[in-house]
Amino acid sequence: MTGKKRQILIFLFFAAAVLLVPLFFKGNYLLNVFVFVGINTILAIGLNLLLGYAGQISLGHAAFFGLGAYISGIITTRFPLDPWLVIVLAAVCAGALAFVIGFPILKLKGHYLAMATLGFGIIMYIIFNETVGLTGGPSGLSGIPNLHIGSLIFDNDLNNYYLVWLFTLVVMLLSINLSQSRIGRALRAINDSEMAARVMGVNARILKVQIFTVSAVISAIAGSLYAHIMTFISPASFGFNFSIELLTMVVIGGLGSIYGSFLGAAILTMLPEFLRVFQDFDIIIYGLMLILMTMFMPGGLISGIQKIAEFTAAKIKGMTSNNAQT
Amino acid sequence: MLKLNGITKIFGGLTALEDVSFSVADGSITGVIGPNGAGKTTLFNIITGLYAQTAGEVYLGEKNISLFPPEALAGLGLVRTFQNVELFGQMTVLENVMVGLHTRSKSGIFSSAFKLPGQIKEEKYIKEKSLQWLEFTGLTDLADIQAGNLPFGKGRLLEISRALAVEPRAILMDEPAAGLNSRETAELALLIRRIRESGITVILVEHDMELVMDICDSIIVLNLGKKLAEGTPREIQENPAVISAYLGEG
Amino acid sequence: MDSSRQLFQYILSGLSNGAIYALIGFGFAIIYNSTGIINFAQGEFVMLGGMLTVFFLTVLHLPLIPAIVLAILISTIVGISFERLAIRPLKNAKPLSLIIITIGASIFIRGAAMLIWGKDTHAMPAFSGNDPLYLAGATILPQHLWIFAVTILIIIASRIFFNYSIIGKAMRACSYNSQAASLVGINVKNMVLLSFAISSAIGSMAGIIIAPLTMTSYDVGIMLGLKGFCAVIIGGMSSGLGTVLGGLLLGLLESLGAGFISASYKDAIAFIILLLILFVRPEGLFGKKESERF
Repeated sequence: MTGKKRQILIFLFFAAAVLLVPLFFKGNYLLNVFVFVGINTILAIGLNLLLGYAGQISLGHAAFFGLGAYISGIITTRFPLDPWLVIVLAAVCAGALAFVIGFPILKLKGHYLAMATLGFGIIMYIIFNETVGLTGGPSGLSGIPNLHIGSLIFDNDLNNYYLVWLFTLVVMLLSINLSQSRIGRALRAINDSEMAARVMGVNARILKVQIFTVSAVISAIAGSLYAHIMTFISPASFGFNFSIELLTMVVIGGLGSIYGSFLGAAILTMLPEFLRVFQDFDIIIYGLMLILMTMFMPGGLISGIQKIAEFTAAKIKGMTSNNAQT
Repeated sequence: MLKLNGITKIFGGLTALEDVSFSVADGSITGVIGPNGAGKTTLFNIITGLYAQTAGEVYLGEKNISLFPPEALAGLGLVRTFQNVELFGQMTVLENVMVGLHTRSKSGIFSSAFKLPGQIKEEKYIKEKSLQWLEFTGLTDLADIQAGNLPFGKGRLLEISRALAVEPRAILMDEPAAGLNSRETAELALLIRRIRESGITVILVEHDMELVMDICDSIIVLNLGKKLAEGTPREIQENPAVISAYLGEG
Repeated sequence: MDSSRQLFQYILSGLSNGAIYALIGFGFAIIYNSTGIINFAQGEFVMLGGMLTVFFLTVLHLPLIPAIVLAILISTIVGISFERLAIRPLKNAKPLSLIIITIGASIFIRGAAMLIWGKDTHAMPAFSGNDPLYLAGATILPQHLWIFAVTILIIIASRIFFNYSIIGKAMRACSYNSQAASLVGINVKNMVLLSFAISSAIGSMAGIIIAPLTMTSYDVGIMLGLKGFCAVIIGGMSSGLGTVLGGLLLGLLESLGAGFISASYKDAIAFIILLLILFVRPEGLFGKKESERF
């Protein structure tokens, strides 16, 4: 019970911090960076549900992100439809596609799954590039309208910040709930031993497809938000490199940790901002981080932070009990 | 309650099982024994849906369950443990047992993510029930330990608890005493009897003859993929074919 | 007449690309068979081969042959160091960790190449000039002949190596059953190291012979690597000849598809084939059926 209470407290604390951040960064360009931290957090959580919980890799997740962005972008620039409705439509389409390809793709395991999802990602990337009539091809699609609620238009950093982080917090909360449910346990069971999970009655095949679909839906929503915030999209944002960047976020933050996904997304989004001098170094750094994290810290940075927290908690406890004795 | 009819399994050109038939009485403890390579584990893998047999049928009660996938069998009340203990190593002991209640609960992704009232109630039920099973096998104190950190003997108990949480009609145990010391084996014998008393049929593959002769009501002997004999422990001990098979091996 | 000459041209360029895919696929298969790992960094050795040769030729002004030898040598050293530093220390790693590590290595090598040589595309002079030869009305570049010759040579050499030499046989033994191999005194670890060495050497060779036709840059490894993987998936991991046929088939389909259907979807062809085969027949068109891929 206390564990549950602590979790609620942590989430409330996190949410409060998120809401207060703009007070300290008013007019600062960093607020714009934080908008993208939010979008990337949504994406990383989406991938983490699949990779960290169910243990199924996807190297093509940028495709679902792009699909959401392009469906929103193409429809809202051509038809006078409500953009919010189109976001739902984009999510449904991405989910439907994931569900359909999920059955044959998730039959594959390990390296074969990695290659198949990678192939899927590249095919989608080629489609984004080559269907010039729809997507504008390599030169991109511009003039995507901003979202608005009544007269509140999401066209500046502050408004966008609250827009994106509202979505991010909801996705976080729902994912935390999911991870601690019957479904979350079944996913982790599949990750540990698919055979034993099946013997316990977990329908691994269906469940893997379901979580793949959920993950695609989450990515597509992030894509729609991205399109409306940027008002311009081009295929370069949805290619293989971005799929790898997402993977890096999840791995260095911590596989199977929702807050880890936030941490990974925050680091990878802000790193290039702080290390502008190192602009060309980013992919080398990602590569090194992937290797070193997997070798030496498989739980990601979040596990390191948890260990430090536990250690200091134990220390403080020890000190207070010592004081009580004296 | 469990009936095998002419089970044959051919791997490549190698016949691992040939025309094996027997039936298991409801509420009994049945042992499957035989020298190494007799096909015992293969037989278990076929019954529990991990391998597809080349020929023959498996019945659970009146139902033909041949070629059912393992997840479907769990729903029908047929569950197993593994020789090498297949735990969910990164989950806690309690969570392992909670996975066992998967077929006894039904909340989906949507109700879990939004914590609908039914799901909260079900979660509570799953947890309480799992704690009961841990108590049944004496693992309550270890509930919050990561399963991967358990000593081998406790891990085996956890695997049995998890299988019991499925509330099966029959439980198949693949060499439950392997790797246990004599005290643990004695406790295991006690536990298996208690499982049977709660109305669950137990079928086990085992090398520990003392254990088998002690707890089994009926024994099936396999040799080189064929059924060699079937009977009570006493009948088996006196069966000349069985004796020569075992002496021949030793 | 004109269309048949065009067809011949497509077939020719398809086969020469296909030969390259086959060589890269070979590299995948060698490592996979000795370790069960699909090395996502395989394409980077192809890139290294081409880029290093260009570097030695144009910056250090070495003659062609020493430049090639040095390029292969350095790529091989990179492959060996990768195995020693990142693969060997991991014992009993889950496939997921191995995938992530080889991806990490792949982007690390690519990033290093970008830092050293920049983002430009580099041209490499053909081995024996660019004067086309005429054959039945179609033109063949001497480089095409080099590609066919080197591919055939490497395939024959590796066949002899794996079937007749003691070390080659030992490596095959490891791929069938590494425990049994270690029981009969084979040093499995060294065989794994050797497989990384051979595979990076073959990969860099492929990168060198294709570079004069296609140019090269720090990021050519992704596509070439993936297509090599596609070749080995078509052919089946277990079949050496299958990989060659798979590569040639892929090259032909790509070239004919680009010529007759649409050039802009050329790259998609390989991946659609890849997905179809993984879905329908994951053991490959020419491979033996495996029971389960757990």
